[in-house]
Amino acid sequence: MLSSVRTLWYTFLHLFQRNVTVPYPEQMPYLAPRTRGRIILSRDPDGEERCVSCYLCAVACPVDCISLQKTEDEGRWYPEFFRINFSRCIFCGFCEEACPTYAIQLTPDFEMSEYIRQNLVYEKEDLLISGTGKYPDYSFYRVAGLAIPGKDKGEAEGERKPIDIRSLMP
Amino acid sequence: MTNFLVDGKPCSGKPDENLLQACLAAGLDLPYFCWHPSLGSVGACRQCAVKQYANEDDKTGHMVMACMTPVTEGARYSLEDPQAAAFRASVIEWLMINHPHDCPVCEEGGECHLQDMTMMTGHAYRSYRFTKRTHRNQNLGPFIKHEMNRCIACYRCTRFYRDYAGGRDLDVFAAHDHVYFGRHEDGTLESEFSGNLVEICPTGVFTDKTFSARYARKWDMRGAPSVCTGCGLGCNTTVNERAGEVRRIVNRYNGSVNGYFLCDRGRFGYGFVNAPERIRMPLVRGADGKQTAVSHEDAISHFAAMLGAGGRIIGIGSPRASLESNFALRTLVGAENFYLGFSAHEGRMLSLIANILSSRALHIPSLRDVEHADTVLVLGSDLPNAAPRAALAVRQAVRGAAFELATKANIPHWQDGGVRTVAGEALSPLFVATPATTRLDDIAHTALRAAPADIARLGFAVAACIDPAAPAVAGLSADLAAQARMIADALLAAERPLIISGVEAGEISMIQAAANIALALRARQKSVALMLNVPECNSLGLALMTNGQTNFEAALATPAALVIVLENELSRRTGNMAIDAALSAARLVVLDHSESPTTQRAELVLPAASFAESGGTLVSSEGRAQRFYQPIFTENDIGAAWRWLSDACRAAENNECEGWSTEDDIVAALADALPCFSALPDTAPSEDFRVAGCKIPSEPHRFSGRTAMHAGRNVREPKPPVSADSPFSTTMEGYYGGEVPPALLPFFWAPSWNSVQSVNKFQTEIGGALAGGDPGVRLLEARTEAALAYYTGVPESFAPRPDMWLAVMLPRVFGDEEQSARAAPIRERMTPPLLALNDKDAAMIDATAGQLLECEMDGELQSLVLEIQPKLPRGVAGVAGLAAKAHAMPAWIRITKAEPGTP
Ligand code: SF4
Ligand code: SF4
Ligand code: SF4
Ligand code: SF4
Ligand code: FES
Repeated sequence: MLSSVRTLWYTFLHLFQRNVTVPYPEQMPYLAPRTRGRIILSRDPDGEERCVSCYLCAVACPVDCISLQKTEDEGRWYPEFFRINFSRCIFCGFCEEACPTYAIQLTPDFEMSEYIRQNLVYEKEDLLISGTGKYPDYSFYRVAGLAIPGKDKGEAEGERKPIDIRSLMP
Repeated sequence: MTNFLVDGKPCSGKPDENLLQACLAAGLDLPYFCWHPSLGSVGACRQCAVKQYANEDDKTGHMVMACMTPVTEGARYSLEDPQAAAFRASVIEWLMINHPHDCPVCEEGGECHLQDMTMMTGHAYRSYRFTKRTHRNQNLGPFIKHEMNRCIACYRCTRFYRDYAGGRDLDVFAAHDHVYFGRHEDGTLESEFSGNLVEICPTGVFTDKTFSARYARKWDMRGAPSVCTGCGLGCNTTVNERAGEVRRIVNRYNGSVNGYFLCDRGRFGYGFVNAPERIRMPLVRGADGKQTAVSHEDAISHFAAMLGAGGRIIGIGSPRASLESNFALRTLVGAENFYLGFSAHEGRMLSLIANILSSRALHIPSLRDVEHADTVLVLGSDLPNAAPRAALAVRQAVRGAAFELATKANIPHWQDGGVRTVAGEALSPLFVATPATTRLDDIAHTALRAAPADIARLGFAVAACIDPAAPAVAGLSADLAAQARMIADALLAAERPLIISGVEAGEISMIQAAANIALALRARQKSVALMLNVPECNSLGLALMTNGQTNFEAALATPAALVIVLENELSRRTGNMAIDAALSAARLVVLDHSESPTTQRAELVLPAASFAESGGTLVSSEGRAQRFYQPIFTENDIGAAWRWLSDACRAAENNECEGWSTEDDIVAALADALPCFSALPDTAPSEDFRVAGCKIPSEPHRFSGRTAMHAGRNVREPKPPVSADSPFSTTMEGYYGGEVPPALLPFFWAPSWNSVQSVNKFQTEIGGALAGGDPGVRLLEARTEAALAYYTGVPESFAPRPDMWLAVMLPRVFGDEEQSARAAPIRERMTPPLLALNDKDAAMIDATAGQLLECEMDGELQSLVLEIQPKLPRGVAGVAGLAAKAHAMPAWIRITKAEPGTP
């Protein structure tokens, strides 16, 4: 009883507060970069696809709406296809948390309603942007040990030149 | 049992175990790397450190390596001791110093023992701030990918490859933290067991290249318990599927059969399932002579019309189809019109083998028994090529002498370094008698080279030496007589002698000789085992199905109106001319999974399921009936051959298969109809088996992408398929855990153990049987009262003929088996057909190695490259890589040099 009255009282007090409703879409609200909206796939600073097709976002996704297939080009892993079914996505951001390469990122864009549900299925072409998104500097392959075109063994950050196994030196 | 305390809790272990094994068996999580149940301990990685206390009052204790510590009665250990735990964490930290930042792009990720152990010890952050050493990788051929940076130098790879499997071309190079595990130069790994490196290596150094090409994580693939279709041994496999494709095959532990290891044919030969030449729709030959796709219903009504058209109908079964499918065909056409799809020669050998084994007079060894034999005689079999996993088992058998010496020196058998030091080169006696050299010769006491007939005579002579009641061999050369005496003495001195022969010996009398030796040893009260290999995954099952009447070539000689061929490529069984003659007048229905010359000539082709689209039962050469399950559920018309046949049966108003709606029904009918299969329903739990009302999930609990994988086609998720024939759910729903019967384990996975090492959690004792018993039912267990008479057909000794050679088939592990030979990685390992001759014989026709020779075989001219094999007996020509013409061998051939310029 008391709590109901108190609730009514607080609601009443709101009558005298500033209006927060904005005339969207004429006036766009400010959304912080961390807002969890439409998901994109970003590129690394060299302009290459960041996603290495590790499947971690897919396994982290609680509604299982990410599906992809790994393929490889001269040692570099990347997704042959990468699909997000946004009609299932709950924008929890787990995929972004799980991603070891900063490839998958949630963006502040939330304007993605569709009349036809099928149109909410985004393929890699729809997801891949041309920039680095929120993380301008990181490039997974500069850190990882795999050799890829343009980065041989021993050329990653913090690596020594490959061992000459025929050397007798200590 | 030895009782001891771990962290104050009482545990018990077997006295011949080490502490690590005992801890794992007790369900404790103790990290390790370099120990492996099959390889023993070397104490190299220092990962399994625990505290041992002198007595109750000892509060300090001292650090020991669990894998190097025998369990002692009343001893006190601690895993949780902070010092021990910190020690283990720092071992991991050292091992990880140079480890690359690779997990996301590592095929091992998610099922990596190193990841598991790192998590288990709690080493989460790298404090090392300096540079990492790196290595260059090698190209190791079509099977294995190499990424040396990930190595932790546990030495498991070389210990398996060299010490366990007898390989020579993988080794460790360089020193200290530079050690490098690879070949002396880039090149294909030669051993036919190289695929096991994928599972032996606890890290991502060696990974499956075929899998990497269509990679998915372990948690993303459906698993199905399956049985290898690569040869007759019936190794247990797990088939992993995603999105309708077989992604890989991994070992499925079966303590009695394959243990921890498979051969490369079995592991990498799955590609045909995904191949474009798969038949996915029923095909009917139209008026224009072309085969066109039709619907399921049309195909069935066409088939029914053909069945109803009258005339003689015959069915030809298949040694690579399940018992169920063969039985369905037998029911459809009637037992008297059902013919086994063997070539005439092979059929004779198989019916002999079926007779010997179903007499139940002799013990058929499991592969585990083979490993424990103390004297082995191989008669005519090139095991590494024909029955590879058996060769690996024989390799372990000859180590028996080493273990005996170790026992005398009071060294436990798991103490690998110690055993090898005391035993030196000690090997139990192994005798290999084959026409050509084999890859077992390096461990053989005696490797004999002789023509098939002479090997058979040797065998008969050995039997006669053991038991004078056995038929004697007249006119034996002094040399062979001495050999026979020596072998007989060795077999008599043994406690568990083992005789191995098989269809690959190519000679009926050799199999009879092997049986005689075993019978003679039995007469002398020895517990002898006789292993007779068969070529295909269900050869023995099919041979057991009809006693004797096998020859489909004879059946073709009398004209039939309708011929129904089940999963068989007839030109591999008999000459093309015979097929042409027989089939020109008959209508032909073929059920098969891949396109072949036989399907191309059929009027009606039905898309039969491979091992991956249906379940079924196969009988291995051990007489073990084993069930395999379906990993792929497709929306197309591919279906189990027995379903097609029983549908047709019903459509033709034949009510014999009326009650067959699921596999259990047909298995029950089969068990009723044929007494030798009466135990078949016990092979695996029935389809309504449940654990607490739950099915067994075939997908791991974190299977991802459910709501997206099909969304490309339609955003509405399809209803999951239902597995009508098995207790599996096709999804992640159900019960997975310790109560799943071993025949139904879709994958090995345990909390904290994501890698294949989790199999520890499913065994009664580490390296022993699976909890609940090893899967499969042995149909032909020996009986003491059973008897079998000696075979008396001692052949004449081999007499070379002028200008002619006896062509014998030399088996090849890659390419001989029809289905795996369609897989691209296996094709890369196949060698062009060759003809081997003794150097003197080659000189006689003035030919040099590498030259192209021609010979007529089966009415067709064959071009073969000459290989000189000085050990080959004179007058014998070995033909390898021509398995499609195996039915035409052995045969006398003339050899000519190809005209220069002809291809
Ligand atoms: S987690 Fe990141 S790198 Fe891995 S598959 Fe997803 S998007 Fe690609
Ligand atoms: S070997 Fe294991 S720990 Fe190392 S990169 Fe591969 S998955 Fe990661
Ligand atoms: S390659 Fe693998 S198995 Fe071999 S030493 Fe390195 S980590 Fe161990
Ligand atoms: S030995 Fe035979 S059954 Fe075993 S894996 Fe190899 S091919 Fe398959
Ligand atoms: S497992 Fe014990 S030292 Fe390696």
